[in-house]
Amino acid sequence: MKYLDEFRDPALAGRLFAEIDAAVTRPWALMEVCGGQTHAIIRNGIDQLLPDQVELIHGPGCPVCVTPLETIERALEIASGPDVVFCSFGDMLRVPGRARDLFAVKAEGGDVRVVYSPLDAVAVAEANPDRQVVFFGVGFETTAPANAMAVVQASDRGLSNFSLLVSHVLVPPAIEAILSSPTSRVDGFLAAGHVCSVMGTWQYEPLAERYHVPIVVTGFEPLDVLDGIRRCILQLEAGRGEVENAYPRAVQAEGNTAAQDVLAEVFEVCDRSWRGIGMIPASGWRLTPAFADFDAEQRFDVSDVTADEPSECRAGEVLQGMIKPDECEWFGTTCTPRTPMGATMVSSEGACAAYYQYRRIATPVSVRHG
Amino acid sequence: MCLGIPGKILEVHDARGTRMAIADFGGVTKTVCLAYVPDVGVGDYTIVHAGFAITRLDEASAIETLQMFAELGMLEVELGAEEPVP
Amino acid sequence: MDERVAGAVDRPAGAAEIESWSCPTPVHPGERVVMGHGGGGRLSAELVEHVFLPAFGSAASTATPTDAAVLGMPGGARVAFTTDTYVVRPLFFPGGDIGELAVYGTVNDLAMSGATPLALSTAFVLEEGLEIDVLTAVATSMGKAALRAGVGLVTGDTKVVERGHGDGLYVNTAGIGIVPEGVDIRPDRATPGDVVIVSGPVGMHGIAVLSLREGLEFGTDLRSDTAPLGALVAAMLAVDPDVHVLRDLTRGGLATSLCELADTARVGVEFEESAVPVPEAVRAGCGFLGLDPFHVANEGKLVAFVDPVRSDHVLAAMRATPEGAGSVVIGRVVDDHPGMVVARTGLGSTRVVDRPLGEQLPRIC
Repeated sequence: MKYLDEFRDPALAGRLFAEIDAAVTRPWALMEVCGGQTHAIIRNGIDQLLPDQVELIHGPGCPVCVTPLETIERALEIASGPDVVFCSFGDMLRVPGRARDLFAVKAEGGDVRVVYSPLDAVAVAEANPDRQVVFFGVGFETTAPANAMAVVQASDRGLSNFSLLVSHVLVPPAIEAILSSPTSRVDGFLAAGHVCSVMGTWQYEPLAERYHVPIVVTGFEPLDVLDGIRRCILQLEAGRGEVENAYPRAVQAEGNTAAQDVLAEVFEVCDRSWRGIGMIPASGWRLTPAFADFDAEQRFDVSDVTADEPSECRAGEVLQGMIKPDECEWFGTTCTPRTPMGATMVSSEGACAAYYQYRRIATPVSVRHG
Repeated sequence: MCLGIPGKILEVHDARGTRMAIADFGGVTKTVCLAYVPDVGVGDYTIVHAGFAITRLDEASAIETLQMFAELGMLEVELGAEEPVP
Repeated sequence: MDERVAGAVDRPAGAAEIESWSCPTPVHPGERVVMGHGGGGRLSAELVEHVFLPAFGSAASTATPTDAAVLGMPGGARVAFTTDTYVVRPLFFPGGDIGELAVYGTVNDLAMSGATPLALSTAFVLEEGLEIDVLTAVATSMGKAALRAGVGLVTGDTKVVERGHGDGLYVNTAGIGIVPEGVDIRPDRATPGDVVIVSGPVGMHGIAVLSLREGLEFGTDLRSDTAPLGALVAAMLAVDPDVHVLRDLTRGGLATSLCELADTARVGVEFEESAVPVPEAVRAGCGFLGLDPFHVANEGKLVAFVDPVRSDHVLAAMRATPEGAGSVVIGRVVDDHPGMVVARTGLGSTRVVDRPLGEQLPRIC
């Protein structure tokens, strides 16, 4: 069992498609929250092969996309500083600020480095005691444990030259914000599997109950995504609205308690602004007072760096599922991966980028029941 | 988000008090941190994200899931064969 | 052919005018060169199209979007002429080094025109402080590679730049070769119906080199596929002198080569994702970094468009060579969707395959 190809088997996919076909009797709109799932859907053409009545709306599951413009500007400001080594995950490098991105800062001479893990940034800090090393800590709950451990390690090793620029966002408040919006068209959710590996599934119970919507914890391989959709549809057709775990090999109801313990030590809930959506109360994490010394925003005093989102970009409507990327008038013309207007076109998980990258040719009907 | 892929733990070691491992991702090996999965050991599969194992992958559960997929549609076929004449 | 949904247009609305999309100001005044401009993808192409060619003006009127320029000589002979600069880091990597790359890369560009490589020039830019031992190792490697490729290293140059500029060592090689009579290999010869063949597994060079990149280091047995392709091409031409198109896969991967060919020749290309050989280690490396194997660099592979009447023979001839042992048919040239490359996924859906934008960045999302 290698946990990859087995969950990509075309024959089993065919069965899942057939089950979904057989179950659907009327239109339903499902939202996948996680950018990784958006990527899997578009890259495999899953939306092409589903029955027409099943609509997939791509939710705000891309932490890169939802990092507020202001935070990007502060990152650019910090990264431009002399003696700063700015470390980041690869995806953040091309997210546009008002006029430039981290790549441009690098071209102008800034020491901007891509790392795979936040622990690599801690190692850089240890190796460069006379430089300020900043790690751009973005992500959902899946990434927060890694960022938390980086801060703990830096603290344990007395690395006063290390700091974290925090921009963590939480999934349940985002789902609630969408559900409580009067313009929401979402009938059911595919919850982010790896977020739930960390946090468990218990946070979604009150939401499912209060709004009577199915919330299905879903994985990332094609069969996982199809099964998540299948279970959501079955619930909707039967009038149910419950939390269901379609990714049991990687998710337990209680989640990862070891990670949750460290998270509780290092982070506390705060209000957070989501690029393109606006402020969602209690939807983010910031460093606790015990670790506030490691907060890059305080260390570098960038509080006077502010930014307003450009009014033309409609990433917010895409993120809320109100329009599809190709329904935006800028899509593919003014706004392309080469000249992105908003982060949804830059991040490989952004819905706009996924649409642009994998733009489709109509699939012949006979293929659909593959 | 959450680009997490399955990795098999090949060996475990201690790095200055933190439990680390070498994980194999189908022919590519990488050092990963096991701090969050204290019960994971050599031979286990984990989901690795940003250099950290965040959960153990349960093989029995995976097999069960695949079995369920394989059996989809078969119950209907059986029932269909025995459908009563209206 | 499968029935299409009645009334459906060939492409969804948002994709209808892809070929006519152009950014009104692709290069903004004051913009600087970024790493992506050297990545072999869209940004690189833009630099050529929007900076170099306009600036060169009429002097570049005979420049062609091919690996090598083929020039007619008085007397009727045709000479292929090409150049390439090698900036790979690290200088030595599993399966090769910058010296081998510098020889094979340019030899391969000549071979892609069907030319028998004749001679290379070698020009070095060295950083003050570079160890002589390193330089010697690279040069030795080049000598061996040239012998293996059957080409002479006939002239050269060396410059030194101050410490701090130049990353150790850069090499440029320019090459010439003779194109045999009857051989006419260029993108425009692509014909709907042509069989698309790739000469072996993809993504090896890129992943092998990335594995040593600081900040990403990972362990792998994967070695770069750096190799000279002259003998492979000769074997193909022996069986079919009229091979239509050849392109070696380098930066930007399989996707870039197919997209460039489709774009230049104004034909469509379709292929089966599952037919493209991707080694497990490449899949794994791409998996954990979040890269697309079709965008990852290669250094010893080519893609060929061959007349279907002769493709079986060409494939057999390729498989009989060491460099082409893994050759497979992956798709066809079509007259649908000219300029676009479309892949069929394992699930039976289709997707448009594009070039990567710039540098391949590992992602977390």
